[in-house]
Amino acid sequence: MPPFQRFLEEHGEPVYRFLVASVGPEEAQDCFQETFLAALRAYPRLRDAANLRSWVMTIAHRKALDSHRSRRRRPEPVASVPDASGRPDEDGDPGVWRRVQTLPAKQREAVVLRYVGDMPYHDVARTMGTSEAAARQNVRLALRKLREVMT
Amino acid sequence: MSEIERAFRAAAPAEEVEEAVANFLRRAEREGPAEVAYAEADSPLGMLLVAVTPRGLVRLAYPNEGQDEVLGELAAGVSPRILRLEGKTDDVRRELGEYFEGRRRRFEVPVDWALTRGFTRKVLRATARIPYGALRTYREVASRAGNERAYRAAGNALGSNPIPIVVPCHRVVHTGGGLGGYTGGLERKEFLLELEGALE
Repeated sequence: MPPFQRFLEEHGEPVYRFLVASVGPEEAQDCFQETFLAALRAYPRLRDAANLRSWVMTIAHRKALDSHRSRRRRPEPVASVPDASGRPDEDGDPGVWRRVQTLPAKQREAVVLRYVGDMPYHDVARTMGTSEAAARQNVRLALRKLREVMT
Repeated sequence: MSEIERAFRAAAPAEEVEEAVANFLRRAEREGPAEVAYAEADSPLGMLLVAVTPRGLVRLAYPNEGQDEVLGELAAGVSPRILRLEGKTDDVRRELGEYFEGRRRRFEVPVDWALTRGFTRKVLRATARIPYGALRTYREVASRAGNERAYRAAGNALGSNPIPIVVPCHRVVHTGGGLGGYTGGLERKEFLLELEGALE
């Protein structure tokens, strides 16, 4: 196993981007800490150092789902609709993650794992517990919807 | 696709990633699941790497040993749960600073011998008891470690000292007056012995 600090340096950025895309920038900070604390605790028990990216993304994915769930349970204050945390990107458009938030859950997870987490389809499928074909279809549909709103 | 990827990157700028990493490190430091903490310590002998465990100082490395190699060795020999946590190394870095300023003759930080085994550990423990500014021969150290004839093995043990300076292998020299070897290079050995007034 590589030293955890190196693991953090290598995967910190894609994990953070993945979390911003999944839960928005405010929840992302908390989810990021939870993800890497869980990874740090489990790290020495890990046998296979071959696919650390997929491993940490699976943890981040779980933390993002937890965050979605607890947010749903909380009474939704008006201030926390996406607008409040939306920010303009380079072109002054609202961040793409906000559009991603409006996708159906499976499509959102799939496209975010694939393009933000930078994972191959078979890892996307494994992380989501679906077939590779289903992962591809979800990404395809998500991209089509994102392109529609971006152009 | 690159268009969408670019948009995602813009949604998570580098400074936010850094902030997330810094917040995680602060929490890891507080909650303590790291087993090895390290940081760099500036010194007249270059940028040292200091690594500690909850039991004590486990590794001190000169820059020529290479940070990646040293961290890899710690991951394999102690634990892969290694984080750069400056605060955990404060005591060691303070004592090192005082030593290099000539204000400290004894290190008080505890030592973790996890990277040493068998006869090597005995030799290094014997070496740790050599007083400031004093010189011993390889044969004397071997004898203190329980085997006077094993002075070559003692030399090897000192050459693999994971905690130079604090475990003062620089105080061990040849019987005939030669300075012997040193992991950090002979110039550093001379520097330390001069600092301690052993070569005047």
